[in-house]
Amino acid sequence: MENLIGLLVLAPLLGAGVLLCGGRRLDRTGHWIGTLLAAASFVIGVVLFADLLGRPADDRELGATVFSWVPVGGFRADVGFQLDQLSMTFVLLITGVGSLIHLYSVGYMEHDERRRRFFGYLNLFLAAMLLLVLADNYLLLYVGWEGVGLASYLLIGFWQHKPSAATAAKKAFLVNRVGDVGLSIAVMLMFTTFGTFAFGPVLEHAEEAGEGKLTAIGLMLLLAACGKSAQVPLQSWLGDAMEGPTPVSALIHAATMVTAGVYLIVRSGAVFDGAPDAQTAVVTVGAVTLLFGAIVGCAKDDIKKALAGSTMSQIGYMILAAGLGPIGYVFAIMHLVTHGFFKAGLFLGAGSVMHGMNDEVDMRRYGGLRTYMPVTFVTFGLGYLAIIGFPGLSGFFSKDKIIEAAFAKGGTEGWILGGAALLGAAITAYYMTRVMLMTFFGEKRWQPDERGELPHPHESPRTMTIPMIVLAFGSVFAGGLFSINDAFLKWLEPVTGHAEGHSPVTATQVTAATMVVLVVGFALAWAQYGRRPVPVTAPPGGLLVRAARRDLLQDDFNHVVLVRGGEHLTRSLVYVDHTLVDGVVNGTAASVGGLSGRMRRLQNGFARSYAVSMFGGAAVLIAATLLMRAV
Amino acid sequence: MSRTATVHSLWTTAAAEPPVRIPAPHIEYAQLSPTLIVLGAALVGVLVEAFLPRRTRYHAQLLLTVVGLAAAFAAVIALAAGGFAGDKARVAAMGAVAVDGPALFLQGTILLVGLIAAFTFAERRLEPTAHGRPVDSFAAQGAAVPGGEAERKAVAAGMTTTEVFPVMLFAIGGMLVFPAANDLLTLFVALEVFSLPLYVLCALARRQRLLSQESAVKYFLLGAFSSAFLLFGVALLYGYAGTVTYSGIADVVGGTTRTLDPALASTTGNDALLLIGGAMVLVGLLFKVGAVPFHMWTPDVYQGAPTPVTGFMAAATKVAAFGALLRLLYVVLPGMRWDWRPVMWGVAIVTMLVGAIVAVTQTDVKRLLAYSSIAHAGFILAGVIATTPDGVSSVLFYLGAYSFVTLGAFAVVTLVRDAGGEATHLSKWAGLGRRSPLVAAVFAVFLLAFAGIPLTSGFAGKFAVFKAAAQGGAAPLVIVGVLSSAIAAFFYIRVIVLMFFSEPKAEGPTVSVPSPLTSTAIAVGVVVTLVLGVAPQYFLDLAGQAGTFVR
Repeated sequence: MENLIGLLVLAPLLGAGVLLCGGRRLDRTGHWIGTLLAAASFVIGVVLFADLLGRPADDRELGATVFSWVPVGGFRADVGFQLDQLSMTFVLLITGVGSLIHLYSVGYMEHDERRRRFFGYLNLFLAAMLLLVLADNYLLLYVGWEGVGLASYLLIGFWQHKPSAATAAKKAFLVNRVGDVGLSIAVMLMFTTFGTFAFGPVLEHAEEAGEGKLTAIGLMLLLAACGKSAQVPLQSWLGDAMEGPTPVSALIHAATMVTAGVYLIVRSGAVFDGAPDAQTAVVTVGAVTLLFGAIVGCAKDDIKKALAGSTMSQIGYMILAAGLGPIGYVFAIMHLVTHGFFKAGLFLGAGSVMHGMNDEVDMRRYGGLRTYMPVTFVTFGLGYLAIIGFPGLSGFFSKDKIIEAAFAKGGTEGWILGGAALLGAAITAYYMTRVMLMTFFGEKRWQPDERGELPHPHESPRTMTIPMIVLAFGSVFAGGLFSINDAFLKWLEPVTGHAEGHSPVTATQVTAATMVVLVVGFALAWAQYGRRPVPVTAPPGGLLVRAARRDLLQDDFNHVVLVRGGEHLTRSLVYVDHTLVDGVVNGTAASVGGLSGRMRRLQNGFARSYAVSMFGGAAVLIAATLLMRAV
Repeated sequence: MSRTATVHSLWTTAAAEPPVRIPAPHIEYAQLSPTLIVLGAALVGVLVEAFLPRRTRYHAQLLLTVVGLAAAFAAVIALAAGGFAGDKARVAAMGAVAVDGPALFLQGTILLVGLIAAFTFAERRLEPTAHGRPVDSFAAQGAAVPGGEAERKAVAAGMTTTEVFPVMLFAIGGMLVFPAANDLLTLFVALEVFSLPLYVLCALARRQRLLSQESAVKYFLLGAFSSAFLLFGVALLYGYAGTVTYSGIADVVGGTTRTLDPALASTTGNDALLLIGGAMVLVGLLFKVGAVPFHMWTPDVYQGAPTPVTGFMAAATKVAAFGALLRLLYVVLPGMRWDWRPVMWGVAIVTMLVGAIVAVTQTDVKRLLAYSSIAHAGFILAGVIATTPDGVSSVLFYLGAYSFVTLGAFAVVTLVRDAGGEATHLSKWAGLGRRSPLVAAVFAVFLLAFAGIPLTSGFAGKFAVFKAAAQGGAAPLVIVGVLSSAIAAFFYIRVIVLMFFSEPKAEGPTVSVPSPLTSTAIAVGVVVTLVLGVAPQYFLDLAGQAGTFVR
């Protein structure tokens, strides 16, 4: 069984190698090879899952050391895998949703010349993501972390002929670097503190390290999580990342990669449990981001950017839950999985709409599409109900638990966090209803594209609708299935641990409150976009609306603080480099050259002067030898 | 008894008694076989010149040289395998020649270098044919006056100087003895045996004969001058110790000897003789390795000599001379280490710096390589000064690595030609990489090895030498070494930039396609450079095992 774990990573890696190196010969079959290998990985995952289920709950951990990667003196890093319940959950999510999105991409990318390359990158992403969640030490996790970053960069910029896509890819890469530096510092701190990178020893001995060290490590891990999961203050790249093809947005920037930060924090739970300050930082980031993303999501007219804001916000929920400690870990992961289903489904639906609308993304130019694209409408609608937390659907179970857990944190903190989570739920209902209404209801506001053709919306091909349908099933039933007898809780508990909080409010009260805010959010959206016609051009809007349209001024902030500051720093460094460093370097070079020219003249070609030089040299040599003895 | 009476009685006694039988010296032929094979092949080569018709001589000489060198190399391997590099190391030929690890390692290196160099000597495709006959890079007739009637006739007759092969073998024979010499007289004889053929070889260039002859005369004059120093030093050391054997002198230096020659009682143990004599012998050896300030012959001779000879000389002479220097310092003079080390420090520092700095303004590729070889002599001296076993093995490794890079580099120089023969002016090399990427890339590999860039043998060698020097307490030397490496990197990389990033000139030189002989030489150079750079450990171990001198 252990050997299968390596295969899990190897299958998509092989796909990436074959597709990227295979050349034009594979243009006609490449996408199926990629899809097949992703599916193979999923099948292996299911086999392993069955094996784990067959074991007793406390023995569900498989490990495999493939080879010793860096054996240098006391420094030792292995390529080793660890498959426990937490990794398994991710493996199934990644390979399952990944396979579906591969299938979807077969249809979506049908007319793209570089489809083979696209599937190569997708497989590369799968391999890196699986490596990330299967690694049994932080250094190997870092490899996967960088790998998904690379794949994300390549896929955001996949349509590199568009300057906006190239810029977005660069932006994502750069912002992620900031987080990556955090992770690398955390890994280094771990090595100096514990002398190893392996999860086992690090997490077992975490308490012995002292709170100061743990807080430092925790904050660095949080920085890493902020970068990868687009949390404030490193959130600015996610909206722009929507320049990538929609399947990429669904897989990487909604369902899997952006949740890596949550995985990192939950996996490092022992570190955070010993560092309350770091935990406070985590919940703050989570709470701020869940509101930030939700507000941004309200103002966007670009369907994908609205969904991106929503992703940011939903991951904020997960980070919040992860920061609550053992009372929240399980629910963070549960929401992560359910979110993986409904958000991937929503993005695929958005892709399907764009497919039918000549790649139009502005929701103000949609409207009334429900009759033209029934399958998309139904699956998107189910995803919508799931995300707003409609009773009985997936989001209802997972989000409610998080809100409960936030209240259970206790004290003022609990009230603030719980309140923020509740407010977030209201805003979620508002912006998602807005998306739904603007896209599928109301009158047609279709506009001719740049070639002057009006769109002819139509239902997408089977390869696209089947994944949407499957994901819709997940959106509807996953949360409920997980909650029967607390199945998901019992499954993850051995890894993450679980604690019941002492909530000042009962579960029923929370549910009731959630229902109320849901209805309020829905009603507001209905009043604004359902009853009244939607203007094709956006109204100017108030100050907050304009700020939210500009992503709450995140780029302006970065520009003023970081870009300007960086430019000043660079300029002064360049000045120092030009005057001081270059001066020294060029001066040295010039003096060596001058010296060389002068010494060269001694070589005048006359044997007699050469002999004199030898004679003098011999005299000096002898004199020096005698002198040495005398001294 | 008066002095005259003594003399008289000696004479009369000698006349009255039957002559004393001089015992035949005991010679271990098997242990000396590498040298004997090479010298034997050289003698046969002379006979070939005398008796074979001119048409067949080239092939006969080449075959003879290659077979002789290969057989000698096989003999070295057999001796090393027979344990002479380790436990059975001994002094042979009545104490004249050492058969030990360093000697065998260096002899093996010299023989391989000689073999590869013989290939470049035999190259006959580069020069345009003279009257329909292929010619090599050597003068048609060495004795003919340049530009004179005799030369014209010799060229018309298609004569070639096939004597270069036996002459080269004689030189190799001397070089084999030089690092193995175990007494000062053998050292001197070996020095002359390999120097004289080299003077002759230098004078034999087919093109630019005046330059070639000038270089030979300079080399000869200065070489004779340095030999005089060496010989005088030998005499002084004999006066000091009453013996010329290395171990005998070492015993006197160490104060362990008891028997004194009564005739030398007044001078034995006189430290002034030791110091001056030792210094003068060192001068002779430093001249051969091209250390500053005894280096001034190097650029002129390297430039004037036929390029295959330059390559051979630059590689093999350095190996032989450093071998002799190591043996002298480690076997004869370890007892006076505190006297010679500071002086050698100075020499090494000056050599590294002058070599690197003056190279910066060179415009001729052969002169550039000459100064580079001076700088490298400085690097090797740093390893010599370490006076540790690691020092010996690192120097052995460096010599092996460096000689193949040098051979290869000079072999590439023979390929770049224009109407006037080899185009050695650097300005003509501009844009070579665009025209002949392969040749330029190969030359770049050699330059990077000279510069000591990782993954080339130059890095491994330099690292070993500097490490040994630092551990031997010569850290300042290492710092100077690294600094001059940095200076040196400038001009090596400048050539690479010139080759790859400049526009080729319209009337620039062409790269001739050589015969498999030169191609083999260059290929071996590249392979050795890369193998020693990527996986040096086996060879470092080999040099480490061969690092013990016999006494």
